[in-house]
Amino acid sequence: MRLKHKDLLGLAPLSAAEIDLILHTAVPFKNLFTRSIKKVPTLRGKTVALLFYEPSTRTRTSFELAAARLSADVLNLNVSASSVQKGESLIDTALNLEAMKVDFVVLRHSVSGAPELLARGVKAHVVNAGDGNHEHPTQGLLDLFTIREKKGRVKNLTVTIIGDILHSRVARSNIWGLTKLGAKVRLCGPATLIPKDMKMAFGNNVEVTYDMKEALDGTDVAYVLRLQLERQQENLFPSLREYHEFYGLDKRKLSWAKNDCLVMHPGPMNRGVEIDSAVADGPQSVILDQVTNGIAVRMAVLYLLAGSENALIPHKTEKDLAVKVVS
Amino acid sequence: MRTVPSAQNRASIDSSALNDSLLIKGGRVVDPRNKLNGMMDVLIEGHHIRKVARNIHPGEKTHVLDASGLVVAPGLIDVHVHLREPGQEHKETIATGTAAAAVGGFTAVACMPNTIPPLDNVSQIQYVLMKAQSEGCVRVYPIGAISKGQEGRELTEIGAMVRAGCVAISDDGKPIANAQLFRRALEYARIFDLPVIDHCEEPDLAKGGVMNEGKLAAVLGLKGIPRQAEYIMVARDIALCELTGGRLHLAHVSTKESVNLIREAKKHNLPVTAETCPHYFTLTEEAVAGYNTNAKMNPPLRTEEDRDAVLEGLADGTIDIIASDHAPHTLAQKSQEFDVAPFGIIGLETTLSLVVTELVQKKVMSLSAAVRALSDAPARIFRLPGGHLSPGAPADLTFIDLKAKKTVDVFVSKSQNSPFIGHMLQGWAHTTIVGGEVVMSKGRLVRKPTF
Repeated sequence: MRLKHKDLLGLAPLSAAEIDLILHTAVPFKNLFTRSIKKVPTLRGKTVALLFYEPSTRTRTSFELAAARLSADVLNLNVSASSVQKGESLIDTALNLEAMKVDFVVLRHSVSGAPELLARGVKAHVVNAGDGNHEHPTQGLLDLFTIREKKGRVKNLTVTIIGDILHSRVARSNIWGLTKLGAKVRLCGPATLIPKDMKMAFGNNVEVTYDMKEALDGTDVAYVLRLQLERQQENLFPSLREYHEFYGLDKRKLSWAKNDCLVMHPGPMNRGVEIDSAVADGPQSVILDQVTNGIAVRMAVLYLLAGSENALIPHKTEKDLAVKVVS
Repeated sequence: MRTVPSAQNRASIDSSALNDSLLIKGGRVVDPRNKLNGMMDVLIEGHHIRKVARNIHPGEKTHVLDASGLVVAPGLIDVHVHLREPGQEHKETIATGTAAAAVGGFTAVACMPNTIPPLDNVSQIQYVLMKAQSEGCVRVYPIGAISKGQEGRELTEIGAMVRAGCVAISDDGKPIANAQLFRRALEYARIFDLPVIDHCEEPDLAKGGVMNEGKLAAVLGLKGIPRQAEYIMVARDIALCELTGGRLHLAHVSTKESVNLIREAKKHNLPVTAETCPHYFTLTEEAVAGYNTNAKMNPPLRTEEDRDAVLEGLADGTIDIIASDHAPHTLAQKSQEFDVAPFGIIGLETTLSLVVTELVQKKVMSLSAAVRALSDAPARIFRLPGGHLSPGAPADLTFIDLKAKKTVDVFVSKSQNSPFIGHMLQGWAHTTIVGGEVVMSKGRLVRKPTF
């Protein structure tokens, strides 16, 4: 089975089978990490350009390691945010990378839809490493991988996503991924950060509540989003203290969930705001597993895109052709 | 007590020096103001209409133009056009914008003042009129700014601009948040019987938004502009219209609630008029999917419910005018990220075809009502010459080929930012006549008029 897409722009366009494929492919890559030599020659001779228009340590490092462990050459490009407005356009930058015969462009951008614009303009595989408030598909995938690893399944689990849903690309990718794989999703946060359209937007497959007790009651996963502190200046919530009081995940609130409820966070954390240290570092936390799994999942994504139907690599067998995934 | 502006002066220049007459034979004349709709001939002498009647026989020197199979309408008038000159000549100029107008079947355009610098004083108005006279393919009527620099603080010299030829005032694109200032504009404009145009948008609610607020914006992760941002201002403006008795014209209506508010205001006989654009009765926010910057405009494309309400408003006459809101932008600007790309689409060359395809063919409006919205109503509301074919009226005419089908492809406009590229439309302008002179025939520019 192959991916049908040239690019990974989001989880919305993927089928459940395709998501499954990526998660399964990541397993052997993760097993590699326990060996003393953590590298395979799979993408030798390929070049992966990391084009980051927003500062990011975690995601960039993770992609860099993923590419390195597949033996690809990595080109790091950090473009300051101001160059979005002035100087070279995204398309021109991409065409230059194309001229240098880059095989993958991993793009982080502050504007929703930028990876789609890029993907239309270049032949290289485009991997969305987070675009504006839209999607962060590899984060969604590594979260699904982590949940499946710890719980054995995703289907029929209840996952509560807490915080600033409105501005969260992590939330959107998770909502798509979780609902496609059959989990129940609850969203909880201040009403200013979960406007009423959010519920309908995802085909009524999500529950919305502004009450943490209701949100966490009987849940299998408590997924805490990072709060961008500057949102307070936009009057989206009155104070950090009040936010913490109502929506910060602490031991007391976590006790409302199932005993074996996982605690997740995409990082970096604002300790004492959206999450307490006692919970973040507690026995239910899988936050550091998410980081480890991120590399394996990103390896799987690069590997599968390189062999996708649009990658001009001939199919190995008739059988491969027969099990095309329909997006 | 409005003095005759020079734009109108020009249009009414006596043509006695010209003896040549032009007879348009065999067409179906549609002139809503004179309640004409049938096979008739139109005789033009010099720059003016001489008469409209059945079977007019040509004189010896009469040039005959065969219009059989075509609709002969009073020249179409687009009251919402951004010609971009001065200041953004890389997007459009008075020459290219009026050429696009002629190709689209328009014999006159009213141009918005958000140029660089804005049209907020007499010399700017005169500049546009002078350029239009020397380079324009159709008539150009400048709209002056309401506030100096379009900054929403101090009124411009409205009276002086009217004397120079400005036909309306607007701070288009920079809506006036200050209710007191807008009240004063409506009051003061009464002296000149001048329409005050508002682009209705509550600036704080709309701030940072790039598409309609709703489900799709939530999925795409784009900041929404709520429909309320428009109709809160529609409601405010109607209240101020009631307070002042000033003539209010609401630009590019896009929401159901706005249509309802305008309908209600008209029931109370308030001097309110309104316009919408072809994209609001043709497309919905779904056109934005895939981050299509050619579907990014302000106000944004709304929902099916709004599209239906706009159609209803057109059908029952709540919406008086169809205008293009022709807003040219370069390919480079529209090729940017969705948040960064500018608002606006071009429309001069597709408006008529969209009206025929979406409204006339689908029986939302009769052909006569469509001509009213594209010609008679703009002329009446903006007090422009034309819009009808009475004897003595300027000889501005548009021939429409209702059967012609064409796929929207390339434009005469300097910019190509249209969401309708690739759409097959039926009903195209065949000939455009300005002041008795053919300026466009079968999609080709013939000559610049000497009116």
